[in-house]
Amino acid sequence: DVLDTENEDLKEMLESNKESLKLEAMKRVVGLIAKGKNASELFPAVVKNVASKNIELKKLVYVYLVRYAEEQQDLALLSISTFQRALKDPNQFIRASALRVLSSIRVPIIVPIMMLAIKEAAADLSPYVRKTSAHAIQKLFSLDPDQKEQLIEVIEKLLKDKSTLVAGSVVMAFEEVCPDRIDLIHKNYRKLCNLLVDVEEWGQVVIISMLTRYARTQFTSPWKEGAVFDENNEKTFYDSDSEEKKGQIEAKPYIMDPDHRLLLRNTKPLLQSRNTAVVMSVAQLYWHLAPKHEVSIVTKSLVRLLRSHREVQYIVLQNIATMSIQRKGMFEPFMKSFYVRSTDATHIKTLKLEILTNLANEANISTILREFQTYVKSQDKAFAAATIQAIGRCATNISEVTDTCLNGLVLLLSNRDETVVAESVVVIKKLLQTQPTQHSEIIKHMAKLFDNITVPMARASILWLMGEYCERVPKIAPDVLRKMAKTFTIEEDIVKLQTVNLAAKLYLTNSKQTKLLTQYILNLGKYDQNYDIRDRTRFIRQLIVPSEKNGALNKYARRILLAPKPAPVLESAFKDRDRYQLGTLSHSLNIKATGYQELSDWPAVAPDQSVRNVEVIEPV
Amino acid sequence: MIHSLFLINHTGDIFLEKHWKSVISRSVCDYFFEAKEKAVDPENVPPVLQTPHHYLITIYRGKLFFLSVIQTEVPPLFVIEFLHRVADTFQDYFGECSEVIIKDNVVTVYELLEEMLDNGFPLATESNVLKEMIRPPTILRSVVNTLTGSSNVGDTLPTGQLSNIPWRRAGVKYTNNEAYFDVIEEIDAILDKSGTTVFAEIQGVIEACVRLTGMPDLTLSFMNPRLLDDVSFHPCVRFKRWESERVLSFIPPDGNFTLMTYHVSSQNLVAIPVYVKQNISFFETGNCGRLDITIGPKQTMGKTVEGLMVTVHMPKAVLSTNLTASQGNYTYDLATKVLVWDVGKLNPQKLPNLRGSLSMQAGAPKPEENPSLNIDLKIQQLAISGLKVSRLDMYGEKYKPFKGVKYVTKAGKFQVRT
Repeated sequence: DVLDTENEDLKEMLESNKESLKLEAMKRVVGLIAKGKNASELFPAVVKNVASKNIELKKLVYVYLVRYAEEQQDLALLSISTFQRALKDPNQFIRASALRVLSSIRVPIIVPIMMLAIKEAAADLSPYVRKTSAHAIQKLFSLDPDQKEQLIEVIEKLLKDKSTLVAGSVVMAFEEVCPDRIDLIHKNYRKLCNLLVDVEEWGQVVIISMLTRYARTQFTSPWKEGAVFDENNEKTFYDSDSEEKKGQIEAKPYIMDPDHRLLLRNTKPLLQSRNTAVVMSVAQLYWHLAPKHEVSIVTKSLVRLLRSHREVQYIVLQNIATMSIQRKGMFEPFMKSFYVRSTDATHIKTLKLEILTNLANEANISTILREFQTYVKSQDKAFAAATIQAIGRCATNISEVTDTCLNGLVLLLSNRDETVVAESVVVIKKLLQTQPTQHSEIIKHMAKLFDNITVPMARASILWLMGEYCERVPKIAPDVLRKMAKTFTIEEDIVKLQTVNLAAKLYLTNSKQTKLLTQYILNLGKYDQNYDIRDRTRFIRQLIVPSEKNGALNKYARRILLAPKPAPVLESAFKDRDRYQLGTLSHSLNIKATGYQELSDWPAVAPDQSVRNVEVIEPV
Repeated sequence: MIHSLFLINHTGDIFLEKHWKSVISRSVCDYFFEAKEKAVDPENVPPVLQTPHHYLITIYRGKLFFLSVIQTEVPPLFVIEFLHRVADTFQDYFGECSEVIIKDNVVTVYELLEEMLDNGFPLATESNVLKEMIRPPTILRSVVNTLTGSSNVGDTLPTGQLSNIPWRRAGVKYTNNEAYFDVIEEIDAILDKSGTTVFAEIQGVIEACVRLTGMPDLTLSFMNPRLLDDVSFHPCVRFKRWESERVLSFIPPDGNFTLMTYHVSSQNLVAIPVYVKQNISFFETGNCGRLDITIGPKQTMGKTVEGLMVTVHMPKAVLSTNLTASQGNYTYDLATKVLVWDVGKLNPQKLPNLRGSLSMQAGAPKPEENPSLNIDLKIQQLAISGLKVSRLDMYGEKYKPFKGVKYVTKAGKFQVRT
């Protein structure tokens, strides 16, 4: 067996006394690990080299140990004493790397040793070793959550650390082990705000995100002025409270806590960071914490990120999509930055389209529609379809252009591409529902096209329209039903359902012409292979055809089936997305991701501010 | 934060895996492959995916997928930015970031990944720091290493990790001290059929190459800093000095780095260096079409336009092209349907032209839309926004460095709709 001989070779090399052979062997072993091949058999031979003087050899042995220790716990224990010795080494680099490896060995029996090592390292003179201990805290916590209380003590101690090197790592540990222990932050709050600019980029992201949550629990809302617009609402809110409280709140005008201001002031320069994650984290902080009129300072920086890698664009556009629903004004001056290029990826194009639609208003709609005309012709048909939906949304949101949009969509019905036609039909259907007057011409036009349309969703939409407005097209609707009777058996399920629907509505309004056709279709439906269609057919028959059994309901059939129906609301997929903190994974996926920390509502009354006072004021 | 990383080539082979916590089976990538299948083009794979137990965040770069496995809430940009930093580091170390290069240097790659993350949290990502810990491979060193068994790994903690200037290594020494800055501006534009500018803006970047002994403290100032509308900086730049005096004050990293990027206010009218006269048409009958493109100089500030290139993504139905270029060469890739016309230098006296016929698949409907033209070009010794560096001063060291600033303008995302 090739693998066996290879392993024998490697074993021999690892056990030789030549350093270069050992190193060569370890390199090959790491190559195996990288490829995902199993090299666990070599454990005894590898672990012997853990105390090697050759630093590269030693590091490769560490890589191996961390990978396989879990599977070979007994053998792994043989290496522990080497690390314990290294933890006391005068070289800080060796102390740190010993702690890194020791804490990465996922062997439960060494938990007490790890705990001791972490405690000692947290008090080390070298900030680099202390940083490593902050990382080790999280590793120990995931290995043994019962150590939580002791680990919190170490976190508390490290939070007091004044080194910029430690700050990001310990806040990371805090977030993972005890994110609810807000009380540990109070005394360190101002220090963290002041250190922030000098912390490394990754630490900045973590600290900013934690401070966003912190601020929402400690400060009162700076958005109160906004509430003035809605005075009635405000009144009822206070009325429901006790008279005493009412007086209290009204007496106090809003003054921003200086600590709240400190956070906003110290994060602002980071909008100029080269790191896109840092910029996004400041943007979300402003969105969730700043007075409304200050939020727009983040706009330029967010737009700048659109020049970055495609994946960055994707996340940033998602966040702008959410923001632009509530705050059109923030992004309207940058509307052209969201124009689509034919070389953009489809998901980027769709997001830009979403944002352009959110930004549309009476003033810019003609520019936007002109731009959309280009997109409708796109070779990327999925994108063309999305554009048609966007036109539909503009048409419902801005009444001035409803007719223009509708006419434009009707022209698209003669497009060569089936997806474009189908999407237009679906959107027209929705628009006609919102504007049900005098659109018989369009309905007639669609009936004419019906024979050539094959996309099921579009056929179903036209059938629904015929049924709903059958009294406006009294001559055409029965004819469409006649055609459907011929093709019923070969149609898709949604089309069949709408055919049954159309038959029922015609039966109620024009039974003279359509009674036989309806009965024929109901019979076909009764024996259909799909139980939904059989069910629906049985239900419709009972509802519309009077018989002894169905009695009361039959009288109301017309009122049930032909009731005026609320028009569908065409709204953004990003509506309400801001229930998740911006910039998070949960926001991106629109689901609550594991470990997501809810952002709390502002407290009505600010908690004690003095908790953040630090007794001795030291020079920074 | 980042649990595991898988490197996957464009055909879907996983050729490297690295786990920072417990091992996650590579079968988790199946969810990604499913999405990849659906997306058709690799660029269209969604960067963030959800699976029953994990989240996958992926970047696609240089025909490789960097797929990271995440278990709990994390800002997705944090992961994306980090993955790009990993790719940048490979590029920096090996000169390129490809499957072959990564496989050839798998041990160095592994050592780098080991240093870049601890327990899934970024540890050392600065090039200066990494290079002190893991030396980049050179041919000479690898020969010596094989003969003597010596290593590429440093045995002391890089000073950068400890100081307040983590981006610079200590003890830098050069016999020739030099500092070069390249001001590179890119014009992003969309022009419509008639040549009218739909959208245009200038994005700039200052790339630095600084080889200076000791701990130099530099100040770079501009003649017209007000032009800069929005900026982002390398961490070495002092925000406060910029805010108050509009100068760039910094202790530079050693070697090559991006000092700043900027955006020139969109209120300023953007000069468009070339115009494009084009006529692309497809006929209803005969399965053919015509193409005629001429390019001429517009606002070039008296400089020569070089490296002119036109790229067109043709509709799927275009089978072949029969064109004549008055200057330069053209190629049409039958598989990707991409037409590339490499024009070269733009001669204002004799405008380059590409014309001829396109033959279409029989029976295919006439394309709805004409393809857009993507333009590439370069103008040396010109920053199209007019930005000018006025001076570079050095403090903290006594020697006289050699200084230089170069300007160049390029087309960025420059698209002509037809």
